[in-house]
Amino acid sequence: MISLTSYAFVSMILFSIGVIGVIARRNIFVIYMSIELMLNGVNLFLVTFARYHFNMDPQIVTIMVISIAAAEAAIFLSVIILLYRSKKSLDTDIFTTLTQGEKS
Amino acid sequence: MMDTSLLVWIILAPLLGAILNGGLYFYHIKKKPVPELVFSLIGTGTPLIAFLITLSIFLDMVDTGNTYKQVLFTWLNIDNLNIAMGFLGDNLAIFMSMFVTFIGWLIHIYAIGYMTGDNGFGKFFAYFNLFLASMLILVLADNPVILFIGWEGVGLCSYLLIAFYYTNKENVIAGNKAFIANRVGDFGFLLGLITLFFALGEVDLSFTSLEANITNASPGLLALSGFLLFVGAMGKSAQIPLYVWLPDAMAGPTPISALIHAATMVTAGVYMVARFHFLYTGIEEIGTFIAYIGAFSALFAAVIATRQTDIKKILAYSTMSQLGYMFIAVGLGFYSSGLFHVLTHAFFKAMLFMGAGGIIIALHHEQNIFKIAQHRASLPIISITFLIGVIAISGIPPFSGFFSKDAILAAAFQEGQYLIWLIGMFTAFLTAFYMFRMYFIVFIAPNKHTKSYVRTSPTITIPLLILAIGAFGAGFLNLPAVLGGEHMVDTWLAMLNSNTIHMSHFTEWVLMIVSVAVAASGIFVAYKKYSQFDVFKPEEETGLIGNKFYVDEFYDKIFVQFSKKISTFIDKTIDDKIIDGFIMQTCNQFISFGKKVATLQNANVRFYAAFMLVGMSCVFVYLYISLGL
Repeated sequence: MISLTSYAFVSMILFSIGVIGVIARRNIFVIYMSIELMLNGVNLFLVTFARYHFNMDPQIVTIMVISIAAAEAAIFLSVIILLYRSKKSLDTDIFTTLTQGEKS
Repeated sequence: MMDTSLLVWIILAPLLGAILNGGLYFYHIKKKPVPELVFSLIGTGTPLIAFLITLSIFLDMVDTGNTYKQVLFTWLNIDNLNIAMGFLGDNLAIFMSMFVTFIGWLIHIYAIGYMTGDNGFGKFFAYFNLFLASMLILVLADNPVILFIGWEGVGLCSYLLIAFYYTNKENVIAGNKAFIANRVGDFGFLLGLITLFFALGEVDLSFTSLEANITNASPGLLALSGFLLFVGAMGKSAQIPLYVWLPDAMAGPTPISALIHAATMVTAGVYMVARFHFLYTGIEEIGTFIAYIGAFSALFAAVIATRQTDIKKILAYSTMSQLGYMFIAVGLGFYSSGLFHVLTHAFFKAMLFMGAGGIIIALHHEQNIFKIAQHRASLPIISITFLIGVIAISGIPPFSGFFSKDAILAAAFQEGQYLIWLIGMFTAFLTAFYMFRMYFIVFIAPNKHTKSYVRTSPTITIPLLILAIGAFGAGFLNLPAVLGGEHMVDTWLAMLNSNTIHMSHFTEWVLMIVSVAVAASGIFVAYKKYSQFDVFKPEEETGLIGNKFYVDEFYDKIFVQFSKKISTFIDKTIDDKIIDGFIMQTCNQFISFGKKVATLQNANVRFYAAFMLVGMSCVFVYLYISLGL
């Protein structure tokens, strides 16, 4: 039987890949996908422990997360389209209009 | 000492006139024009009321021998220190206010004729009345603090009136100069008052109680206080070294000059010394110092006056010179002689200024005596009254100036101050010389042009004629015993405990003859030199004397430039570099720190995410440790 630790590791690795993707990549789509990766990492964690403790509550939370993530995807993608229309680019570093620093 | 309710109205009358005229003038410029007649009626009516009240009090005092006092209310009450808003009508104060109101009134009438048609007619009379009111506060004050109100008041009014034609920059500078020079003196005066209060301790501050308590104070402090008070008098009465404002004060309209020189302002210093006679009697060294300052001022001004070409400036320097005589008298303790000279001087100097003003008006504001001579106009009344004034100031009997000046010179001789006496004699010679120089050039020196008759307004000539009577006859008020007189002024002012002249009649006669001879020789020299003077080759104001001994330049270099340098240093170095530098340094620190913080807000989403990650990690680590998991 695969140990609990392995599940935890996989979910942590998924989460970390997601975090690094959010921080390191500039393409909005990749950032979005990284966020989804993080969500899935957390979902996996929850499901694992639900099975381990024979408790259904985390399962419910997971289903909830997946459904909300689906709804969120719709909004996210439309926002990305709007952003692309305004700047003709998907590079996040371009969207700095609200900066307070010296570069404007 | 009797209580009265009349005394304050002497002051309130011109003060109300000032307020009324000032208010009407605002109405005049804002809403619709007010006729000049209204201004002049208020302007001349109120001094007349003041004069009539003074006259009634004077006559009552002659009858009953009372002195009056009026305390309106307690002005300041701090612990044991009581300063009452009180007015004192003793012989000295009433003596002063008699001729201040009378001559002031005449000058007001004269001003109607002089100022007519001027845009600031109403404003002029408002200031004029205020000037008179301030002077009367000064004269009638019951304690030195009230006196100081009047003292500052005349300073303020002189500033307002000298700079009356404020569109001309020179006039404004002259006004400022008068005000600042007076401030220097006032500072001394204030210090003197403080020293006096300090020396006397806690007493009621009225003059009577000061006089009663003067023996309790230490002589050193009293001497210091006497000296400092005299510094104030130097400023107000234009003595060396604070005289510089007086000649420049000629920038104002001529009635101002007449008022400043005859009735108000410059006599304030002499009056103040006489008012503090109880103080100065005890400190003879300071008195002698005052007399010497007076003597040198008299000589100095007379020397300068011999080279001046501006008719009003000659008169200004002659005032300074005559004030020097007055200070000789009060310095040596001959208070009543000094005040008698104030009285006679008020008559003839007011008249001379009014005459000069009449000439200036007739010749369309020409003040250079040689140019006046070139365009000479026929002004019979003015020329006669002017001659009377010139004779009076030169000291030819029986005109008034002779008696008062001779009394002062005799006093100096009797006190053994032979140097002062010699200076006085020489100054008398110079006085006769420069006054007749002016007279001969303005009225006598040959001029081929036919003289055109210029009609002078009766408001100008009538006061002149009245003053001419005074300038001629005022001397008889204090006829010395040797001439069969009764010393009326001396008797009236007996409260001052003045020294009196008690010499053998022979010495007195000799002194009189000498002083008449000196004056006559001055006139003779002037006659020789100027009666046939070619007015088309005017003298220039050149050389050491013509440039007034370069005193103005000297003051400019020493005081004005010096304080300018200090101000520039404080402004540019201390303020800009040190204080501002410190504050701006602190500000800059905050600004640069703020800028550094602001770089965190760089709108870089990925940076924010990383930051969030760091933050959350920290929270989790903390929770992990604190919860002990």
